[in-house]
Amino acid sequence: MTADTADTAGPAPAAERAGGPAPRGRLGPPAWLAVFFLLPALLFLGIYVVYPILFSVYRSLWDAPGTEFVGLDNYARMFTRADTFIALRNNVVWIAVAPAVVTVAGLVFAVLTERIRWSTAFKIVVFMPMAISFLASGVIFRLVYEQDPDRGLANAVITTVQDTVAPTGAYPGAEPREGVPLEETPGGGYRLAEPVTPGDTVTIPLVGVNSDELPSDTEHAARPQASPDGVAGTVWVDFTRGGGGREGEIDSTETGLPALRVEAVRDGEAVATATTAADGTFTLTGLEGGDHTLRLAASNFSEPYNGLTWLGPTLITPSIIAAYLWVWAGFAMVLIAAGLSAIPREALEAARVDGATEWQVFRRVTVPLLSPVLMVVFVTLMIYVLKIFDLVFVIAPGSVRADANVLALEMWQVSFGINDQGLGSALAVFLLLLVVPAMVFQIRRFRREDS
Amino acid sequence: MSTQVEPAGPDAGPAPAEPGGEGAPRRSVAARLVARTGSGAVQVVLILIALFWLVPTLGLLFSSLRSPQDNAASGWWAVLTKPSQLTLQNYAELLDNPDFVASFGNTVLITVPSTVLIVVVASLAAYAFAWLEFPGRDWLFLAVVGLLVVPLQVALVPISSLYGGTPLYGSIPAVVLFHVGFGLPFGIFLLRNFFAAIPRDLLEAARMDGGKELTIFRRVILPLGGPAIASLGIFQFLWVWNDLLVALVFASEASQPMTVALQSEMRQFGANIDVISAGAFLSMVVPLLVFFAFQRYFVQGVMAGAVK
Repeated sequence: MTADTADTAGPAPAAERAGGPAPRGRLGPPAWLAVFFLLPALLFLGIYVVYPILFSVYRSLWDAPGTEFVGLDNYARMFTRADTFIALRNNVVWIAVAPAVVTVAGLVFAVLTERIRWSTAFKIVVFMPMAISFLASGVIFRLVYEQDPDRGLANAVITTVQDTVAPTGAYPGAEPREGVPLEETPGGGYRLAEPVTPGDTVTIPLVGVNSDELPSDTEHAARPQASPDGVAGTVWVDFTRGGGGREGEIDSTETGLPALRVEAVRDGEAVATATTAADGTFTLTGLEGGDHTLRLAASNFSEPYNGLTWLGPTLITPSIIAAYLWVWAGFAMVLIAAGLSAIPREALEAARVDGATEWQVFRRVTVPLLSPVLMVVFVTLMIYVLKIFDLVFVIAPGSVRADANVLALEMWQVSFGINDQGLGSALAVFLLLLVVPAMVFQIRRFRREDS
Repeated sequence: MSTQVEPAGPDAGPAPAEPGGEGAPRRSVAARLVARTGSGAVQVVLILIALFWLVPTLGLLFSSLRSPQDNAASGWWAVLTKPSQLTLQNYAELLDNPDFVASFGNTVLITVPSTVLIVVVASLAAYAFAWLEFPGRDWLFLAVVGLLVVPLQVALVPISSLYGGTPLYGSIPAVVLFHVGFGLPFGIFLLRNFFAAIPRDLLEAARMDGGKELTIFRRVILPLGGPAIASLGIFQFLWVWNDLLVALVFASEASQPMTVALQSEMRQFGANIDVISAGAFLSMVVPLLVFFAFQRYFVQGVMAGAVK
C-alpha cells in the first residue's frame, strides 16, 4: 500500500495490489507499457519528420543527381542563382510586411468588435477564409485582380472612383485632320494656331472617331453661322463613309461631333466655354474684343483609366500579401480577442476615470497588457509566412511567377521541376534554420506555461 | 493559449461590459453623444470591412453560376441586375466530368483516413506523455514540441526518394501517411495538454479498480477528452482537405485530390474560369459546412496551433 492513495480514493479498495512493485511511489503501470502507446507515434515521427531532417542536411551536400559530393556549394548557389535570389528577396519582403500587417489588422478588428452588438457575425465572416483552402482563396483573388475593369472587382472599384474624379473623355482617339493648323496642348487637348476674334467663324475637322463613339442623336455637320459678338464654329468628323469626301471640307454626309467642350482662352484663362450641338456647331459668346486662343479641352480626349496591373511584375507580391491578409486576419483577430477578454476591465475603467482618451487607453493600457498574445500571433504568422507556398503558386500567373517567387515555391520548383534535389535540399534546410528561433520560442513558452 | 482546454468559439468568453453601460461612471451628455457617434463610425467601418471579406467570396459564387460567355463579357456583379444569367450549367458539366468526380473521391479517401489515424495515434501517445511514467518522458515531449514548427518542405525530397521505386509512390496511402507524420506533433501537443488537465483522482480511482491501461484509456480518457479530440479531428480534417503541396508531390494523376486537379486548370485561368470557379466553390462546400457546424472546435484547434 502506498501512502499516496490516501489523498485520492479514500479507503483503499486496491489492497490486493499492495504486494506488487510500486516504483516511484505512484500506483501506475510499468514503464514498458509506455512503449506500446508511444510506438506508432514514434515510428511516424521518426520516418516522416526526424529522418527527413537528417537526410536533407546530408543530401544538400551533394550535387543535383546525388552522385558527387559538393560540400557547401548548394548553399552558395542559393545566394548567387538569380531565380533563387529573387525568392530570397521576396521572402524578406513577406517577413517584413505580412506578419506585422496581419497582427495590426487583427488587433484593430478585435478592439473594434468589442463595441458592436453583431461581433459574433463579424468574427465569423472574417474568420471564414481560415476554413477554406489557399487554392480556393487564390482563385477568389485571381478573380478580384482580373485586369479588365469590366470583370475584375479591384479594377472595377478603382476605375469607378477614378471616373468620378476625372471622367474619361468622349473621344479618346480623336485627332485633327493632318494639315489643319491645330497644335496639341500639354494636357492632351488641341488649340488653333491662329488667334480668333469675335465675329470669326472656324471649322475644325477631326478624324479618329469611331462611329460607335458618337451619340445616337448626332446629325449631319452644319456650317457655322457667324455671330457678331462671338466666335462660331463647327467641329465635325472629316470622314465620308465609303470615301469620296473632300479633306477639310464639310461634306453633305459627314457628321458633327457633339458634346465636345470648346474654350476661348485669354492670358492662360478660359474666358468662355461652349459645348458643340448635335450638328457639331458651337458659339462662344460674351467675348470682349481682341485675340483669343480657341482650345478643344483635354478632357474630351483623355484616355480611359484601366486600373492597376495587380498581377504584373511590380504589384504581384503586394497583391498576394493582401490576399494573405484576407486569409489570416481572422486568426489574429480571434486569438487577440481571447486575450482581450482576459484583460481586467478595472484596468481600462481606471484609466478612463483618470481622464484618458480612448486612444490613450488603447495605447497605454490595452496594447501593453496584450503584448504576450501579440507576440504569439506575430511569431506564428512569421512561421507560416516563411513557408508560404499555395497562395503564391495559385495567384501569380505563369508569366510573373519568377517575380513573385518565394523560398518554399522555389524549393518545390528546384526539387521537382528541374530535379536539382541538392539545391532543393539546401533550400529546405535553410527554411528549417529560419524557423529554429521560433522553435526555441515555442519550447521556452511551453516550459514556462507547463511549470 | 495552447493549454486552454474548453472549446471556445469566436464569441466565447465572458461578454465584456459595454463601455458606458450599467455600472460605468456617469458621464456627461456631451461625452455620451461623442461615444454614440464614435460607435456609429465604428459600425460603418466594420460593415465596410465585413463587405471586404464577404464580397470576394460572393464573386466566386456568382462567377460559378454564370455561363463562360457571360463571364467573358462582364463582371459577376452584372448578375445583380440580370438574375436571369444564373445557371447551374457549370456545376452540371463538372459533375459530369469523371476526372473531377474521381478527384473529389480522392480528397475524401485521403482526408478521412489521415484524420482518423492522426487522432488515434496522437491520443495514444498523448496519453503516455500525460499519464504514464517512463525515463526521458519530459525530454521526449519537448522534442515533439520542437518538431511542431518543422516546415514540411524538409521532408519532400527525402520522402520522395524513400518512396521512389516502391508501389507507394503516387498512391493515396503515400499521401495519407505523410499527412499523419506531419500532423502528429500538433496532435500530440494538443491532446497531451488536455489529457494532463484531467483530474488525477479519476485516473487513480480507475487504476485502483484494477482497470487495464487500455481500458482506462478507452473508458476514462477518450470520453473526457472528447472536446479536444473533436478540435484536433476537425482541424486536421480541414488541413488535409485543403492541402495542395503534399498531394502535388506525392499523388499521381489517378490519386490526385481536388486541389491538385483544379490547380492544373489554373494555367488557362481565363479559358477555364467556368471549371475553376465551380470546382473551387465545390471544394469549399465541405470545409464551410464543417466550419459552420463545428465552429467552436475548429477555432479552438486553430488557436492551439498558434506557433506551429
